[in-house]
Amino acid sequence: MSDWESASTARVLPPARPRKLAKVPFVELADGRLQGVVSSGSDIERVYVSSIAAGSYEFACSTNNNRPCGGARGSFCNHIHALITESVLQYGVDRVARYLRVEGTDLDAPALHSLMLASRPSQADSAAAAQVFSRFLRHLAYVELPPTTSPLPELQWFPPTRSVV
Amino acid sequence: MRADLLSDPLDGVGEALAAVAALDQALTTGLLRPQPAQAAGLAALADAVSASPLGSKVAEAADKAAAGAAGEEHFLFLAAARIALFGSVHDALVARVDQATGRTRQEWTVPPADPGQAENLVLAARSWLADVARAGWQGIDHDLVSGAEPVISALLPHPRLRRLAALLDGFAAELAASCPGSALDRIPARRWGDLWSRALLLTVPGATDAPTSTVSGRLLPLGVDLHEHATAAQAQVHAVLEPVGGTPFLVRASVSAPKPDTIIGAGIWQVLRPHMSLLTAVSEGRSVELTDMPITAEGDLLWQDEHARLGEPADPFVTARVVLPTASTPPTAPLDRHPVRIAVPVFLEGYAAEQTEDVLTFAIGGSPVGVDTDRVPAGPLTPEAVAGSNACIGLLRWDAGAFRVQPLAVETTARKKTVALHAGAWAGGAVDKVGVKAEKAATDAATVLRERAGRLLRK
Ligand SMILES: [Zn+2]
Repeated sequence: MSDWESASTARVLPPARPRKLAKVPFVELADGRLQGVVSSGSDIERVYVSSIAAGSYEFACSTNNNRPCGGARGSFCNHIHALITESVLQYGVDRVARYLRVEGTDLDAPALHSLMLASRPSQADSAAAAQVFSRFLRHLAYVELPPTTSPLPELQWFPPTRSVV
Repeated sequence: MRADLLSDPLDGVGEALAAVAALDQALTTGLLRPQPAQAAGLAALADAVSASPLGSKVAEAADKAAAGAAGEEHFLFLAAARIALFGSVHDALVARVDQATGRTRQEWTVPPADPGQAENLVLAARSWLADVARAGWQGIDHDLVSGAEPVISALLPHPRLRRLAALLDGFAAELAASCPGSALDRIPARRWGDLWSRALLLTVPGATDAPTSTVSGRLLPLGVDLHEHATAAQAQVHAVLEPVGGTPFLVRASVSAPKPDTIIGAGIWQVLRPHMSLLTAVSEGRSVELTDMPITAEGDLLWQDEHARLGEPADPFVTARVVLPTASTPPTAPLDRHPVRIAVPVFLEGYAAEQTEDVLTFAIGGSPVGVDTDRVPAGPLTPEAVAGSNACIGLLRWDAGAFRVQPLAVETTARKKTVALHAGAWAGGAVDKVGVKAEKAATDAATVLRERAGRLLRK
């Protein structure tokens, strides 16, 4: 057994990296998609729910009120563009590329964008939007959960790390 | 510290860990349709605890599991056996640590809690954990792992269930990022076995009950240890308490909170800071006067700001040199005896720091001890500062077969002057240039999330 396999504190997930949240408050690699929420530039009440499926790169973008995004007709809109850029900041390009199954060398966010577009992905319906939006709300709810000064011994299994896993 | 004692072999530890590894192998392939190799592993686990009070229950559970017929209660006993084995490893390790530090450890005298009724919330977690054991690490998929989400969402709002909630949240996130299990080229079997068994244990009614008393006296902080996963963080202050009319002993004070995964670095201190004034005291190098502060038998202060008053300046290095050697160690609760819990404050000086590639060791009296700089959170205490230090306050820990020291603070020499650098320097608020910039970025992130929460959550 390697040290990693026999370590109680083996690092499995790399720590998230800092990024600005104003434009894209939520990004995740989940449900087989890169998905997230992009704030509207013009209307503070409106957000766009955007996603790209791993493997097929099938994409979708609509508002939280389920109106289709005008920019996402036949091609990636600005919201999806921002989603890719911010996901690369948060997770690192390697992890995003691995999750979406994009292959290439010297990848960065623009390269991911153009490699996926080059395969002429189709547009998905907005069926996933409601689920992504509810995952965003679940994520936001963490801001309001009460702290505690009772010790959580189980967090001993989760040391911080300075390095990337 | 007698560092030479730390590399001596420990009797019985290898055997206990081999029995754990046998169960972990069974959990890797899953217990839905066990093969002969897994049945043998389960039998080895049952054998290893056969002389304990758990013996017959574990034997029965191992038989059922080997037949692919284990129910939730059976998984619970397999988890209990695994935890009991780590309890014995823990005890051997802390006996060795006590020899090395020369400190005395108090006896555990608290009677076991009365088990009550398990709540439905907790039983839902148990049911998910049983499904995970049946699938095995190689059998996990998105459907199975996402089953934890509603359970975690229901547990999180209740601070009394926070131990289970925070554990499941971190564990499920690792499993989710590792799906499908069939495609994994390596598996953190020890770690996931730990997390799985602890989570199961926490579903037992009364498992987390901790009777409390109160204490008054002067609290002398040594340093801050940080724990975090994507959606939770905990700061734990290690300190010596000089009780009124008593002898000093080691204590901890903790504050934790769930958090969105985009709150990181300085943002974590911003979340925790308002809930424990001690973090400010630590950053300012002050003692704290406690009056009737609640405390558990394990030496965990259950911090309430109204029982604390900021005291005189107290240099942690003076505390470490003068008071720490006279402090005794409270015992560990029976169910919490696991090597990962070992975090023993030590003071080291007169060592030779040696850096080979990315491994740093301190040779103490000729005996090398590894130094875990990776655990030090962002701040002025850098790995380079640790490597160039001449004195160190640290936590002695054990994992993957070796003791290591996690630095909490070091003294270095700069322009013929001694400079102290602390891991928790940013805990109470950063004042250095890099720290202030990090605080600003973190404030911006938190503001966006709170604004979005305020606007969208209550619709
Ligand atoms: Zn769009």
